[in-house]
Amino acid sequence: MSYENQFTAHTQLKLSPFFKRTSKLNESQEWRRWSGFLAATNYELHHENEYFAIRTKAALLDITPLKKYIIEGPDSQRFLNRLVTRNISICKVGQVMYTPWCDEEGKVIDDGTVQRLSENKFRITSAEPNLNWIQHNATGMDLTVRDDSVSTAALALQGPNSRDILNEVASDSLDSLKFFWMMDTTFGDISVSISRTGYTGDLGYEIWMDPKDAIAVWDLLLDKGKSFGITPTGLQALDIARIEAGLILLDVDYVSSRHALIESRKSSPYELGLGWAVKMKKKDFIGKAALEAEVVRGPEWDFVGIEIQWHELEKHFRKAGLAPGLPSTAWRTSTPLYKGSKQVGYATSGAWSPILKRYIALAHVKSEYADEGSELMFELKVEHYRKLTPAKVVKTPFFDPERKRSCLA
Amino acid sequence: MPGVKKYDAIVIGGGHNGLTAAAYLSRAGKKVLVLERRYILGGAAVTEEIFPGFKFSVCSYVVSLMKPNVMRELMLPKFGLELLPLESTFTPLDNDYLLRTADADQTYREIARHSLRDAEAYTRFGPLMGQIGMAVRPILETIAPNPIRPSLSDLSKTKKLLDHFKTLSSEQFEYLTKLMTMSSADFLDEWFEYEPLKASMAASGIIGTFMGPRSPGSAYVMLHHYMGDIDGAFRAWGFQRGGTGAVSMAIARSAEYFGADIMTEAPVEKVIVKNGKAVGVALENGDEYKSDIVISGLDPKLSFLKMVDESDLPSDFVTDIKNFRIRGSSGKVNLALDGLPNFTCLPGDGHHLRGAISISPSYDHLEKAYDDAKYGNFSKEPYMDIILPSVLDPDMAPPGKHVMSCFVQYAPYDIKGGWNDQKREAFGDAVINTIARFAPNIKDIILHRQVLTPADLESTFGLTEGNIFHGELSLQQLFTMRPAVKWADYTTPIKNYFQCGSGTHPGGGITGSPGEMAAKKILGIWS
Repeated sequence: MSYENQFTAHTQLKLSPFFKRTSKLNESQEWRRWSGFLAATNYELHHENEYFAIRTKAALLDITPLKKYIIEGPDSQRFLNRLVTRNISICKVGQVMYTPWCDEEGKVIDDGTVQRLSENKFRITSAEPNLNWIQHNATGMDLTVRDDSVSTAALALQGPNSRDILNEVASDSLDSLKFFWMMDTTFGDISVSISRTGYTGDLGYEIWMDPKDAIAVWDLLLDKGKSFGITPTGLQALDIARIEAGLILLDVDYVSSRHALIESRKSSPYELGLGWAVKMKKKDFIGKAALEAEVVRGPEWDFVGIEIQWHELEKHFRKAGLAPGLPSTAWRTSTPLYKGSKQVGYATSGAWSPILKRYIALAHVKSEYADEGSELMFELKVEHYRKLTPAKVVKTPFFDPERKRSCLA
Repeated sequence: MPGVKKYDAIVIGGGHNGLTAAAYLSRAGKKVLVLERRYILGGAAVTEEIFPGFKFSVCSYVVSLMKPNVMRELMLPKFGLELLPLESTFTPLDNDYLLRTADADQTYREIARHSLRDAEAYTRFGPLMGQIGMAVRPILETIAPNPIRPSLSDLSKTKKLLDHFKTLSSEQFEYLTKLMTMSSADFLDEWFEYEPLKASMAASGIIGTFMGPRSPGSAYVMLHHYMGDIDGAFRAWGFQRGGTGAVSMAIARSAEYFGADIMTEAPVEKVIVKNGKAVGVALENGDEYKSDIVISGLDPKLSFLKMVDESDLPSDFVTDIKNFRIRGSSGKVNLALDGLPNFTCLPGDGHHLRGAISISPSYDHLEKAYDDAKYGNFSKEPYMDIILPSVLDPDMAPPGKHVMSCFVQYAPYDIKGGWNDQKREAFGDAVINTIARFAPNIKDIILHRQVLTPADLESTFGLTEGNIFHGELSLQQLFTMRPAVKWADYTTPIKNYFQCGSGTHPGGGITGSPGEMAAKKILGIWS
């Protein structure tokens, strides 16, 4: 056996085109798997600075592991309009739409963004591989589907200073780019597309590029971004930010209907708080009939934000002689929610929000208990003992700064 | 029109405690007016653009003790409270350094580089201090009872506290007693051996006091600094995005949201007292405002020796206030920099610039600095607590430039011959020279320097004798004694005249606590 090999995960996992840089910057050497890629958990020993980069400076994240598909051809609009629940026929060139898509039973398969790159060309992003599902449904249509996951590299630049940095680097001003729109521009002689999208609920952009330009783009951003506080950021910080933004995560907050082993694991868009993204006026889309029936009978579940009430939480810990034990990272353990002695839901992810100073979580709650202000009991463990502590249903996004949508020009 | 509008309450001073009291009273539906002497709100928690493009947290520069319930009840995050972590403490030495970070393993390894024994002790020390901080916390959160003539509620409060103390372990009790009585140097000697570590930790026991690390009583001040709590983690310091002025502005916006009126450039001349009762205030420009009650956010000296006539107060109380120790001992130097300081012992940019930089190489360094002050001079080589706000929040300075905040001790208020421009600059030079000992490039990168002596802190910010805590945090000036026995519950000998500044329980720092508890006391009296 040879011990001469340098550290590389190449033979085991995929490496993003940014890995040459990210691997050198990752002081903690903590990595997670993300769609078969090695993705930084946090770059520093603690994610705190990276979290605050998202909210007060600018965070740079490698999001290459996202699944990406290019759908091109005369029927591409008609096809996507059938595939997803949003109305793609009103999506203009240069516009981006967030949408879930469902199976025929109206249960969500995945969620992502649809970018209209030109009249007949779209890019759709997803958490899981969807090529099979897309191709399967495109049968007979005049279009091509191409897996773009590896052929396009992507970075997210998120935070209040992200626009300033891009304005330093890009040949065109970002000032008038609206929320959920995109543009093509160049960084020197490198062509990139920039969409004003992200997974943080803050002012932020995602930059799409040819993998051969990845290192040059990374270096340029870090160099020009330095005085604006640009910070390479890992998934742990992102996880807190996305919970604050009330954004769901596949396999954490819900299970794809394509992988759910039992019926009860599946969720409709209504049951994930995505009712707003279901456009019933569309003539037809996959799952429409089932969703119409669900609207009539009323969805069984709702997906809500809850806030664990501080005062009582603190009391539980004080009784044990401890300072309030707050999670320092986002958690993903399903946690029961009660009304009286009856379990009426479960929280799927939660975090202490350092910016809001509130303990928040995302939860599935039976519809009749899911109204705003509804008071539930959240299961908590204090020194090995289970306790119930009050939690209230509140509006999401928990954190929604004006800068997320506002434009300068 | 002056005198036409009548308020339920008038708050003198738009510092963070005055604003907190105003916000709480407004939240309870009272009509409140805040009167601030300066053009800007915040008192000592203020951000000013002293040099174009460079924002300075002019006086108070870090946040730790801000009470979580105040943040929540006044919805401060909604109004702009954003606390960024100060993640490390860096002690530069002549040929080495000590860098403590938020990561326990990293810190263990770093201290072990100097003393294996200390590295191990350090892992026990922090949690123990946290537990003791928690044990003391109920005192901080109790309105001080009147020990001379206790009311029924005073007795029940006292019983509650006694019951609480019964729950302390004998170890906690032992250390609590030691902390209340010992010097920080003696206390730390029981734990550690590596001098720079001990000195850096002891430094938090002298901040804002006229004591050295070997003065008895300094251990308590150290504990006071351990009681900080951000997000439930004890001993975590934070930096407010936009500077400490942004904390004050968040509280001001909250107060306005609840309906308070706030006026700046409205210096109050006197509290109007009629038949032993406060009935309003008179401004320096002659305007008068009437109100049911008046609350002073000023320090005890100003509240009682300036805002009202001595003849309106009992003579023993006047004596107590006159004896109240408020000796200023610190100055502030704020620098606009063209780049980052480069420390000889740890060159370049890095984590060590993202936290506190403590100029505290040894006990002797601190004690000698104190010796200078004892005899009426500023320290030739002062102790400093330095931060670089622009590293944490790039908006504090133009891109690529930086601001540096240096808290400097000692600079006695009563300096030989009095403070003047020449002495101020000499003091500034001593500070720069001391920094240059560790980061020689500092002299080449200074674009602007603001030097604040205790005399400046007094004249600009109304801090009597330049004392940053509105009175020293020494044992005889705490809890039921702050600022005077019988009048430690925010009431005063003048009916309808109240106090809510840092000179009241539980004391200084950006806590919001005196303001909150004063408001709660007042609301209790009102109902």
